[in-house]
Amino acid sequence: MEKVAISATDLTKIYGERAALSHGNFVVPEGSICGFVGPNGSGKTTTIRMLLGLITPSGGTATVLGESISHPEKYLPQVGAMIEGPAFYPALSGRENLKVLAELGGFPLSRVDQLLEKVDLADRGGSKFKTYSLGMKQRLGIAAALLPNPNLLILDEPTNGLDPSGIQEVRGIIRDLADSGTTVFVSSHILSELEVICEYLVMLREGKVIFSGRTQELLSGQKPMIIAKPEYDVDLTNLAKTLGDSGFSVSIVDGSLQIDAAQEASATINRLAFESGITLASISVVLPTLEETFFEMTGDNK
Amino acid sequence: MIRVVIAELRKLRRPTLLLGTIATVGGLSALFTSIIFLMIDSENGNGERGERISAAELSNSMGLVYGFKLVGVFLGIVALCIFASQTAQEYSLGTLRNLLVRQPSRMKLLAGKFIAMKIFALVMVLFAGALSVAISFALAGRAKVDTSSWSSSGAMQLLFENTLNIFISTLCFGALGMILGLLLRSPISAIAVGVLWSLILENILGALIKSTAKWLPGANFQNIGGGGSLDLSYKHSLAISALYLIVSGCLAAILFKRRDVAN
Repeated sequence: MEKVAISATDLTKIYGERAALSHGNFVVPEGSICGFVGPNGSGKTTTIRMLLGLITPSGGTATVLGESISHPEKYLPQVGAMIEGPAFYPALSGRENLKVLAELGGFPLSRVDQLLEKVDLADRGGSKFKTYSLGMKQRLGIAAALLPNPNLLILDEPTNGLDPSGIQEVRGIIRDLADSGTTVFVSSHILSELEVICEYLVMLREGKVIFSGRTQELLSGQKPMIIAKPEYDVDLTNLAKTLGDSGFSVSIVDGSLQIDAAQEASATINRLAFESGITLASISVVLPTLEETFFEMTGDNK
Repeated sequence: MIRVVIAELRKLRRPTLLLGTIATVGGLSALFTSIIFLMIDSENGNGERGERISAAELSNSMGLVYGFKLVGVFLGIVALCIFASQTAQEYSLGTLRNLLVRQPSRMKLLAGKFIAMKIFALVMVLFAGALSVAISFALAGRAKVDTSSWSSSGAMQLLFENTLNIFISTLCFGALGMILGLLLRSPISAIAVGVLWSLILENILGALIKSTAKWLPGANFQNIGGGGSLDLSYKHSLAISALYLIVSGCLAAILFKRRDVAN
């Protein structure tokens, strides 16, 4: 049986009459990179705060690294976290800010410079936090989360404000940590990012867990699509009609036909096109991206 | 808890706060002590509320601590502001969540924070006292004050007692600031409420209904710093102050322990 780093059972948080999280059930396997997705206000940060002992649940239970969240002191020394953006003392330098947290957690101060190096802030470590750009603040937040050399890393929107190379670096850091056995639980709005790095996903919508499992399982459960492109654009309408007459659901998008069908239908489509005297320039099967799946599942396609 | 104290001291010793506090406290200490010696012949008085302190009075062993005693209440207000802002800023900056992830025991965090601020307040009081004593010696000649009794054991004991009283008074004001910081979670609100109450509202209340002064927190904290007065005994002030701080401190601590950290 797979070991779990995080397990939530009916985890609930109610503010007044509004449920920020309602009966949340999910598991995050140990050593995995697990994405945590959901529209704004769906309960992601509330859930993370409950897992870190900052908020008391209204109901249900959860365990982190095998310990109940009612005793955060038992597991937090092994957990690194960056919650809802980096929060530091503006008048202290990046280095001093990390030293405050290192002293508080009882970690060696030598780790501070190693981590500043790791997040590419070594040359700005002595500058005051208030002079940092958003990307630098974010990197410092990640460095702070790595202070305990964590077994579990919880990151809330770690790539906010980072440029493409910064995003790539964070992805690299996350992968390195996962390779060394660290479990990473990461929320992000950049779903294409999560699709690339996450083996597991927990998806929230309006305070409810609507999916928890392997990313592949989620994506393969979605309807695939066949994209066919005739050699000549003038054949698009004819081909669409031919396929439509044969019972396929077809739409024309950007000079190609999008056909709601599984891979097995490729041969049939090719044959129907050939019989109509149309040569296909290309035919391919595509699975919906995580983003498309997310929008479909959450109904949030704005 | 020692880790919390060390971490807090790192924040408190940042140059802007440390040097700013030293400059403020040093300035106040220098100002009040200088007034006593430089305005010794002024008809408007050279002491608290226009009181005239003569060269003869300054020549006795108490003369060494007059200036320091005057600055005591202001040290309390400075401590109130620092304790309040250092506590409330953890909420307003959002740094409390980082602290609690690294130190989940909220009571240890609170106690460590208070101990660190006590150390800071002690440094502040000792600096103000040392500066006041140095200025007193420096200006005594000009004010024709005989300083021979200032180095007696009686004067040293008075200096020690006054330093202790001012330190206790400063801690009381500081604790009030910390409690307000925990309750209001905003540095500006906590400082505004604390200073307005201690410096203005209590004085208005005390002037309107004289008997209330005996029971108001600020008046009692201030009275501790002065070593007691004819109207209000030192022991009474200690007891009332302890009562206020224990009750409000427990309330604030329970709130801090139980309240969700949602910002």
